[in-house]
Amino acid sequence: MRQFKPSEKVDFLIIGAGAAGGIMAKELASSGFSVVVLEQGPYLREKDFDHDEIKFTRLSAMTNNLTKQPQTYRKSDAEPAKVQPQKIIQYGRQVGGGSVHFTANYWRLWESDFRQKGKFGGIAGASLADWPVSYSDLEPFYTKAEEELGVSGLAGVNPFEAWRSKPYPLPPLPVKSSGVIFERATRKLGLHPFPAPMAILSQPYRGRGACAHCGFCETFGCEMRAKSSTLATVIPVAERTGRCEIRPDSYTRKIELDANGRVTGAVYFDKDRREVFQKAKAVIVCANGSETPRLLFMSKSSRFPQGLANSNGLVGKYLMFDAGFEAFGLFEHPLNEFKSVQTTRAIHDFYEPDPKRGFYGGGGIDARFDFYPISFALNGLPPGAPRWGSEWKAMVAKNFTRTITLLAHATCLAQERNNITLDPDVKDAWGLPAIRVTFDFHPDDMSNMKFLLERQVEILQAASAQRVWTDTTDLSLLPHNHLLGTCRMGDDPKTSVVDRYHRAHDVPNLFLVDGSSLVTACCQPTCTIQALAYRAAEHIAGEARKAAV
Amino acid sequence: MPDDLISRRQWLALTPLSAAVLAAQQHAHDVMRAGAPATLSVLGAAEAREIEALAAQIIPADGTPGAREAGVIYFIDRALATFDTDKRALYTEGLRQAQDKRHQLFPASQSIAALQPGEQIRLLHAIERTDFFELLRTHTIMSFFGNPSYGGNRDQSGWKLIGFDDRHHFDPPFGYYDGPEGGQ
Repeated sequence: MRQFKPSEKVDFLIIGAGAAGGIMAKELASSGFSVVVLEQGPYLREKDFDHDEIKFTRLSAMTNNLTKQPQTYRKSDAEPAKVQPQKIIQYGRQVGGGSVHFTANYWRLWESDFRQKGKFGGIAGASLADWPVSYSDLEPFYTKAEEELGVSGLAGVNPFEAWRSKPYPLPPLPVKSSGVIFERATRKLGLHPFPAPMAILSQPYRGRGACAHCGFCETFGCEMRAKSSTLATVIPVAERTGRCEIRPDSYTRKIELDANGRVTGAVYFDKDRREVFQKAKAVIVCANGSETPRLLFMSKSSRFPQGLANSNGLVGKYLMFDAGFEAFGLFEHPLNEFKSVQTTRAIHDFYEPDPKRGFYGGGGIDARFDFYPISFALNGLPPGAPRWGSEWKAMVAKNFTRTITLLAHATCLAQERNNITLDPDVKDAWGLPAIRVTFDFHPDDMSNMKFLLERQVEILQAASAQRVWTDTTDLSLLPHNHLLGTCRMGDDPKTSVVDRYHRAHDVPNLFLVDGSSLVTACCQPTCTIQALAYRAAEHIAGEARKAAV
Repeated sequence: MPDDLISRRQWLALTPLSAAVLAAQQHAHDVMRAGAPATLSVLGAAEAREIEALAAQIIPADGTPGAREAGVIYFIDRALATFDTDKRALYTEGLRQAQDKRHQLFPASQSIAALQPGEQIRLLHAIERTDFFELLRTHTIMSFFGNPSYGGNRDQSGWKLIGFDDRHHFDPPFGYYDGPEGGQ
């Protein structure tokens, strides 16, 4: 891998080597530009990805670490924020970012997702807006993402899906027992199940092997390189160009600005906590919907006293989390859901918001198993079951292979009150301000999630589950992996932070490309984040060639 | 901690650790993998016997191995030496309160380990709404169903109990419903 000196002024400095950053690096380096990528976390490899539930869940071996990076939370700005004993914000913290540990659901948005305000008008308390891009603008890049990364699915089965220019590059993964049960039950109810599109290889593809069905996808890295993370796909390509350096253990604390209002590079802590300044002609922040606004706030200057690229005060606002309740079913025969990918069947019948329901919102539902042995033994049994002792032991023994989860992936309305800011008091282990989360779901989000939960229960009942139960824990306090909307894209510099090509309205050579750009949130964002990254990279490369960056 | 269930998602977010602790833990792993004898480094022998007696009723041996047989105490000792060093005080204080409760319930008794199984179960019921119980339950379950390299789950007895198989490769059909008997 090529290495650059910090004093060398590279064409692009990318902050964050995740789902979007990996794509930006590969595309720009392949277009002939020099690129340095700063990544907070380590450079883990497939040999590091074992099946150790304690290491990858309890010890957060691949995600942000609360001991070193505390978070504070408040439901509204009327109350004091408190340091949290568990994560609200969770993100992948190694080369490849969240694309390494994600479940690999790979859903495109619908055409209508880009035009929700036009379709549904204003919603009290929410800041619904239309995107500055349409599905047609993004479709070629959805296709490119699916082809380059490797996505398994079957087009044409989901009658609601948006048009596509090409089929999925790989056939769907084999159906699991949860998928069979879900498919039969949803058909009985007149619904339209389809094979879940997954960024996991069902067959060998471009030098990588197919999924071996070990069952350790969600929260784990794939030791087979069958999960199409940026670590397994585009990052090695970027490195092979000889023009891209991935620099792990590099924690950015400030983007610097010159007197002309252009960014000049960024200061980061290296693995020995030395401060290093990497020079660059342009900076692209791909640090996720929480760390991107945080870094902008930490990059205050006399020109931008409210934070870099924040002249309109909108940085950090409109924070959205995808979320949904879980319903569980117990079945007579062994399903062995611990094997293979988390989910193989889904429905989109309730995806489109429908004013007749009396609230705004919609979402998808999939059948899966959201447990590993420890998490199941801790809390996989139905309410009222014993929590220890012989009877509990017998139930855990019987139920582990016979339980499934139906999980909803719902809309989340953008609200100005929900945001990421810097905590004024709490610092992380590097002395930097902690992330402060202010968040509460919109009442319509709650109504929608309850509506979807009723559908989940109906499906399990139609499947003749022996027992059906639900979990309605307060979702705002649970770890959220989909961190969206905090540097919204739009054409109007008064109402958005970046333009339709992710360029900061305020700073000509600063780009923000990650979940923070999303205008609305539904369901599964990774596919859209990555399509946006491909689109942004094409445009930025073109502008750089014209010396217009 | 409230006495309702820790949800799956809370479990995924439980407070993580520093790199130094991870390194220590990796060392503990390496030692285990090297086949080192199971010894205690944090807990005293008497204290360990009492904790083990409680854990052995959380996951009892009843035809299949329980927490004791799976090596729970070595797991807990290792946890307190590596990734849960901050939980040491809760064990000390929790065990002290459990002993008080034992005196109250069974005035003539000498130790938790010496109680009859039915008495141990009564004692656990008397403390099951405490933070100490929650921690002990969590550790006992982690030891029984976690990777054997942490000192518990000996001979994969926890995994065998629930039908879990830690492999790198499976072929379909995976379960009954996606196989021929299930009509697929």
